[in-house]
Amino acid sequence: MKSATDDRKFKAINRRELLKLTPVLALGAFAIPKLQKPLLKSGLAFSDWASARLFRTGHLAPTFPESALTPFNKFPVNDYDVDNPEIDFDKWTLTVGGAVQKPGDYTLAQIQELPKTAQNTRHVCVEGWDVIGRFCGVQLSDFLKVIGADPGARFVTVECADDYYESLDLATAMHPQTLLCYEMYDKPLTPEHGAPLRLNIPTKIGYKQAKYLTALHVTHVLDKVGYWEDQGYSYFYGL
Amino acid sequence: MSTHAIAVENVKSGAVTTAVYEHPFVVRLCHWINAVALFVLVGSGLQIFRAFPSFGAKIPQKDLLHWPKAFAIGGWLGGALQWHLTFMWIYIATGILYIGYQIFSGNYKQVLFTRRDLPGVWPMVRHYFFFGQKPPVKEAYNPLQKHAYTSAIALGVLSVLTGLAVWKPVQLSWLAWMMGGFHLARLWHFLIMWAILAFVFGHLVMVILHGWDNFVSMFTGWKKNPEYVSE
Repeated sequence: MKSATDDRKFKAINRRELLKLTPVLALGAFAIPKLQKPLLKSGLAFSDWASARLFRTGHLAPTFPESALTPFNKFPVNDYDVDNPEIDFDKWTLTVGGAVQKPGDYTLAQIQELPKTAQNTRHVCVEGWDVIGRFCGVQLSDFLKVIGADPGARFVTVECADDYYESLDLATAMHPQTLLCYEMYDKPLTPEHGAPLRLNIPTKIGYKQAKYLTALHVTHVLDKVGYWEDQGYSYFYGL
Repeated sequence: MSTHAIAVENVKSGAVTTAVYEHPFVVRLCHWINAVALFVLVGSGLQIFRAFPSFGAKIPQKDLLHWPKAFAIGGWLGGALQWHLTFMWIYIATGILYIGYQIFSGNYKQVLFTRRDLPGVWPMVRHYFFFGQKPPVKEAYNPLQKHAYTSAIALGVLSVLTGLAVWKPVQLSWLAWMMGGFHLARLWHFLIMWAILAFVFGHLVMVILHGWDNFVSMFTGWKKNPEYVSE
């Protein structure tokens, strides 16, 4: 032990050590109403950025045997507005626009001409529950080829009959498990599950998988992100 | 740790007390950032839990626990997710800094519970719970303290790993698989929170019981009248 330090000097040392902790007070910024919103927004944006880095185009979401499927009648229905936007299926088309070579209205029959894919995948809701469902449809990447989507574009946005809207990064749109889905459990989509056409994206959270699609755009700049994103949810929310 | 011990002399009375530098700066910094982060993560986590207060896939589910909104952070699911995802990074960064510092500084020897601490466990349990005689204090933390802190660090790591499995069950599907699947990962994440809260409760009780000098040491690093030098 060294020789005795006088207590005034000791107090000064203590004070200095205490002051070193002042960076912790920076966290108090989260308590200031004016700063809270932008800080949380950047926290969310950073999480989205990291999520996009973590996303691997070749990595498939786990698939499940038929025995693992949640019975169809137990598959929950979450809507932001109505269970059934009462679409006239005879007149329904998917309006395609944006950075594509062949814009226009595509009928369900035209979409169904593309190779059909079926997958038993997990559907995870942001609320915390999940189900394993059977989804059939065409790969969105195939459809993007048909419409001549600009490979340099960055986003795919969709609009829905119930005024819902969503957007996807192109990497996710090109993922082999990302479907334009027209069947669940080997039967045409029912109105509450998004008839006649919905997105099924096993690499994304549920609210990204829009129902009742009416329009699809390929864009370079995202002008409309998504209904829930505009309420404050994550944009990327990849699983 | 006695190498850091100094004698402090009161200039007026001439009374001499000892003081030890017990908590290095990085440890103190991480401790207080982590305290805030943990508070926010638990509060926002409980708000997230309110959106589906159950486990498994059973829909419609039987709510397991109706957690009051007053004891949750974020106001609604989206708000709580913003808090949770923001403070998750602060929590992880602090954890990496803390563990990295402990390893590279060698300070982990003060905290880490090892085999050498085993013989001291029972006497300490006897002292705490059965009014046994207090074993002599030789270092900063007794075996039970080391056990508690080591467990808390392990729980911290597990809270991050289970949280990542819930957040990224596809990209980190191996992590969810290791935890017995997505459902169990969510349950582990929840249970680990309670285990951490149990630690925090015990920790706060002990801080109150050990008095002011001990409490101040987590701010200044210096502990006056330490048991393991004066005895």
